[in-house]
Amino acid sequence: MAITQMIGAKIHRREDPRLVSGGGRYVDDLKRSNTTYAAFVRSPYAHAKIRMIDPSEAKKAPGVIAVLTAKDLDGVVLGPAPVAPAFVAEKKTVPDRPPLPLEEAVYQGQPVAMVIAEEKYQASDAAALVHVDYEPLPAVWDLEKALQPDSPKAHTALADNIAWDLTYNADAEAAFNEAEVTVKERILQQRLAPTPMEPRAVMAEWSPHEGSMTMWISNQGPHFIRLFVGGALGLPESKMRVIAPDVGGGFGSKISPYAEDYLVPAAAKITGRPVRWTESRTESIQVTTHGRGQIFDVEVAGRKDGTLLGMKVTQYLDAGAYVGTFGAFQPCACLIAGGGYKWKQIAARTVGVLTNRVSTDPYRGAGRPEGTHLVERMVDLFAREIGMDPVAVRKKNFIQPGDFPYTQNFGLVMDSGDYEKALDKALQLVGYEQVRREQEEGRKNGKYIGIGLSTWIEICGFGPSAATAPATGGIGLVESAQVRVTPTGSVMVWTGTHSHGQGHDTTFAQIVADTLGVPMEQVELRHGDTGEGTAFGYGTYGSRSLAVGGMAIRRASQKVVEKAKKLAAHAFEAAEEDVVFDQGKFYVKGSPDNAKAFGEMAFAAYGTGLPEGMEQGLEAVSYFDPPNFVWPFGAHVCVVEVDPDTGAVDMKKYVAVDDCGNVINPMIVEGQLHGGIAQGIAQALFEEVVYAEDGSLRTGTLLDYAIPTANEMPPLTLDNTVTPSPSNELGVKGIGEAGTIAASAAVINAICDALAPLGIAHVDMPASPDRLWKQIQDNRGKGVSSNGSGARGASGMAGAAQATPATGQDPMPGTENRGHVEGTGGPPPGGSQGSPQQGGDQQMGGERQ
Amino acid sequence: MKHKVATTINGRGRQDEVEARLLLVHYIRDVAGLTGTHVGCDTSQCGACTVIIDGKAVKSCTMFAVQAEGRQIMTIEGLADGDKLHPIQQAFWDEHGLQCGYCTPGFIMAAKYLLDTNPTPTEDEIRKGLEGNLCRCTGYVNIIKAVKTASQVMSGGAKPAEMPVATPASGS
Ligand code: FES
Ligand code: FES
Repeated sequence: MAITQMIGAKIHRREDPRLVSGGGRYVDDLKRSNTTYAAFVRSPYAHAKIRMIDPSEAKKAPGVIAVLTAKDLDGVVLGPAPVAPAFVAEKKTVPDRPPLPLEEAVYQGQPVAMVIAEEKYQASDAAALVHVDYEPLPAVWDLEKALQPDSPKAHTALADNIAWDLTYNADAEAAFNEAEVTVKERILQQRLAPTPMEPRAVMAEWSPHEGSMTMWISNQGPHFIRLFVGGALGLPESKMRVIAPDVGGGFGSKISPYAEDYLVPAAAKITGRPVRWTESRTESIQVTTHGRGQIFDVEVAGRKDGTLLGMKVTQYLDAGAYVGTFGAFQPCACLIAGGGYKWKQIAARTVGVLTNRVSTDPYRGAGRPEGTHLVERMVDLFAREIGMDPVAVRKKNFIQPGDFPYTQNFGLVMDSGDYEKALDKALQLVGYEQVRREQEEGRKNGKYIGIGLSTWIEICGFGPSAATAPATGGIGLVESAQVRVTPTGSVMVWTGTHSHGQGHDTTFAQIVADTLGVPMEQVELRHGDTGEGTAFGYGTYGSRSLAVGGMAIRRASQKVVEKAKKLAAHAFEAAEEDVVFDQGKFYVKGSPDNAKAFGEMAFAAYGTGLPEGMEQGLEAVSYFDPPNFVWPFGAHVCVVEVDPDTGAVDMKKYVAVDDCGNVINPMIVEGQLHGGIAQGIAQALFEEVVYAEDGSLRTGTLLDYAIPTANEMPPLTLDNTVTPSPSNELGVKGIGEAGTIAASAAVINAICDALAPLGIAHVDMPASPDRLWKQIQDNRGKGVSSNGSGARGASGMAGAAQATPATGQDPMPGTENRGHVEGTGGPPPGGSQGSPQQGGDQQMGGERQ
Repeated sequence: MKHKVATTINGRGRQDEVEARLLLVHYIRDVAGLTGTHVGCDTSQCGACTVIIDGKAVKSCTMFAVQAEGRQIMTIEGLADGDKLHPIQQAFWDEHGLQCGYCTPGFIMAAKYLLDTNPTPTEDEIRKGLEGNLCRCTGYVNIIKAVKTASQVMSGGAKPAEMPVATPASGS
């Protein structure tokens, strides 16, 4: 390979000297001459009729240029905001999502009017003077209540609150008929606020003479914004330029176009002045899309020898008041609910539910943390039920290295894996046997130590066009790259991905430097501006940038080398097959001493005397359409001690062994894992968006929405295995979401393991001290056996079949499904009884003390 | 009504007329034009706005600009010595202590105050010393490492390589 050998090396990030010196360029740092500032008037109600909006007082306030309401957008913003059409095919109801509502506000914080003023503070002042006459309407924010026939409707015009109801696989009966044991659980996924440290921000400038708009936005995929917002403003893509400069984190919440993203450019057009708006943190927690917000009813069937047979899973997903643009991606939780294990059958159904809360949309992992959490929890519950070590159950059921490519229960083809190898390495690092001994010792002394495993798998690298185009309304999530070599050998690279912390400037330059055999310093990477580079870029989400975008860059670089090689052959007067390209130099086979450097060929490419029919220039465009998704995996092991008197969780060890195929830059991979694991731990222990009984947000600041500080994060022990992906020539997989996908299950499994002597089999997230303490107290009060493993006895086949009614069309089976199946040995007619103490109280937050 | 305020930012004196309610962070960003100091919240939790005032780390969203009258303010832009990064900046770079970089200026300024007052903090003291700053990207692992490295360098310990280049990939 090339001399530089950058691929696989720990190269320090090229973007950093600027960022550590205050030289970042985030949207709020940018200013155009004559810039004005926007502020939004937001509904204080979860659901209300807007009787009248009176802007007259606000219009008279100092510095105010305009106050805009829905009526003012007529003819400026066309049509409702888009919803990616078909991640879920059987959509029932997709309410229109206007940038400003005309007569009905459907979640707290929804913008109802917009103020433009000369100064930032003036805009906020005036927004408070806009008088809105609301008539509060009955609201619904509880997923379960929303499904009841007599529930208030999220929009008054709706017949029910069901956004979609889709069954992927209906049948798991054969597997359940073979079962000796079944376990059942309701698993909650609380709503989370993605909370990138840079809130959203938009600035727009209209050029009346050209009829063109330039927009700066803190976003993960500016080409999609151009497509959506340009379309709504009636502008051809050629007249709309969208720039996402430095972006201070996104985590999925900066993919979709928001109301403000339409309104700021619309206001720029209406006022003829540049308009800037930056979200406050309070707005961010309130109205930037949330993640998760799901309930899973799961039942697993297996044999007493540890064999897993079947699973039935129903996902209820709180879509919010509008279906998020990519909100319907989250049912992919169902599609990976089988994890890394072999199952005879999995039945899965997803129900999207409209509520009077802000939309849910992708948040780091988007469906995959939920799928992983549920399968890893269920495997542990099953292991406990049959009295087997959770390690042994996992090993017994893993898909084996020789099984790949493996077609799983939903027809997805898993590309590669060696799950046991990663698990063994993690167990060794954590000292599994030793920790089990300590646990046993501790239990004798009233210490509650627990060990939790998460042998996670992931589908990412979106995605093959054949699989993704039908799901997005026709745009296949491929990726593009352009590589341009100037006459003096500078290399400019444009990628359609977007870096907001992932270090693309470095990783991608490593790939280019190696492929062209030039020093990295010669390579300049550009992204985030639709005015430059290829016709379309697909953005960064779903751990796709390297496996798809990196490959496009690799291919475009290779095309450049091919042309340079033709030039070299011409210069050497040799046949092209006889020319060798090695470490940035061309030579004729056998004469390495008479070599021409890559730079010489670049210069020649712009000169004269080119081979017959060849045009000048040295540049190439490539679009990479991967043949498959990529499937990273790994094993995380967490050791906790729970204080039964306070409910506090002390995280003693956290070991992660992950496999993302070949590694381009190990330092960046580790960094991605650190951050990902932190967000997974945060979901397990701290974070929850909590609403009060009237549907108003209770966790509206970083004081009560508890993202962890340095004090709460445990030290992490990381290692890896390398199983190259066969899905691309680089052999790479994604790693951006892996940590988050894995971590919540490892932590919660550890807590449940710690509390096993108290008869606690399952805890909901966030496992905050107050919640755990309450659960511990309840169980102590009841005595150990009330919910212990003995209570859910192994059942006979008939019992198992009785215990779980097949997924019916009843929207939600209701409380009978909460908690575990108890004593199904002698099936009463009607089947299972739940244990209500396991029900989740979604209103308990992890508030910062 | 506007009020006169005279401050020294990164060694340069300036005089401005500002509203009494103007937050210091907005004064630094919008009036002085130093946008390296960031705003990450509206309730003084995140620390993205941390600057050093008369030697102490201060969240600049907790003060009004007029309260900075006569004070010495140092922002992230004033930390490096010309082209030479301050050891804390260098350590954040070397240890991959940042990803999106939004929280970074605040962390670096908080770390400067920490190391000025406690040149060789323990890991625990580092975690406590930085608890007023939030980062969503790094899980704090490499931020803590960076502060340790900076502490070593600043107290005359081992000096890490200037700009480490290729080292062999880890992994198996
Ligand atoms: S902006 Fe000052 S603490 Fe968040
Ligand atoms: S590096 Fe992104 S918030 Fe800290």
